[in-house]
Amino acid sequence: MADRAEFAELAMEHMPALYTAALRMTRNVADAEDLVQETYLKAYRGFGSFQEGTNLKAWLYRILTNTYINTYRAAKRRPEVSDVEDVEDLYLYHRLAPGDGSGRSAEEEVLEGFTDDEVKAAIESLPDVFRIAVLLADVEGFSYKEIADITDVPIGTVMSRIHRGRRALQKALHQFAQARGLVGAGPASPRSS
Amino acid sequence: MAHEGRDGCGGGSAFDVDCDEAVRQLYHFLDGELTEERRREIATHLDDCGPCADAAGFEAELRVVISSRCKDRVPDSLIQRVAAAIAAEEDRQRSRS
Repeated sequence: MADRAEFAELAMEHMPALYTAALRMTRNVADAEDLVQETYLKAYRGFGSFQEGTNLKAWLYRILTNTYINTYRAAKRRPEVSDVEDVEDLYLYHRLAPGDGSGRSAEEEVLEGFTDDEVKAAIESLPDVFRIAVLLADVEGFSYKEIADITDVPIGTVMSRIHRGRRALQKALHQFAQARGLVGAGPASPRSS
Repeated sequence: MAHEGRDGCGGGSAFDVDCDEAVRQLYHFLDGELTEERRREIATHLDDCGPCADAAGFEAELRVVISSRCKDRVPDSLIQRVAAAIAAEEDRQRSRS
């Protein structure tokens, strides 16, 4: 039987990060709370097999991600979109930067102007596999190798999902900036040729 | 190409990294996922090329914005719920053994 005190000491500190990831995955509070609880229960049951000295946070994320995919995603009973539109490199930068060497105040203003709700909604707009990859990379700071281990896919697939997911995220953010009248529709400068 | 060539950019020998290459490698660079040799090549390009350095700075800043805007406070009720669920699981395991 796993030592509850030891488990609590090591695992509970990761709850804020896991809860944030659960919210972005499930997109609602009730499911996110259930997902976090399920993750901790599974982790506690499996704690005996966890190798001390290995990455506990990554192990917890692996349980969270698998539980989400197997339970919550499956429950939606609808085919998950598994692709994102191809978006060019530096999508947002090309649409925000003045490109005339006049300094970076305008783009900084737009970046700083994004609200928590907008960034969260932009991430939540991505299809599952891209959303999870971007979350793990950019919100949690895991390496490509760690994300490959957490999501059980080859590292090349991880890189492709992160990169394409980031570009799609930039497009979603751009739409928020546009909706608030902060930027125009097209590239701001000729350097997006 | 990534942007129009400017002073200090677009020239150099065949061994240099050009702007297209720098932009293609930018995510790997910012993610710290390049070999040391490759990392140095991209860093050298960014030192010499204002437009690419500007784009790299923007991408780095955007990442900070994304991670800093994505925090959620864990409800106290969830912390208590999880602790209670684990305690109940411990009791269950103990009664079985």
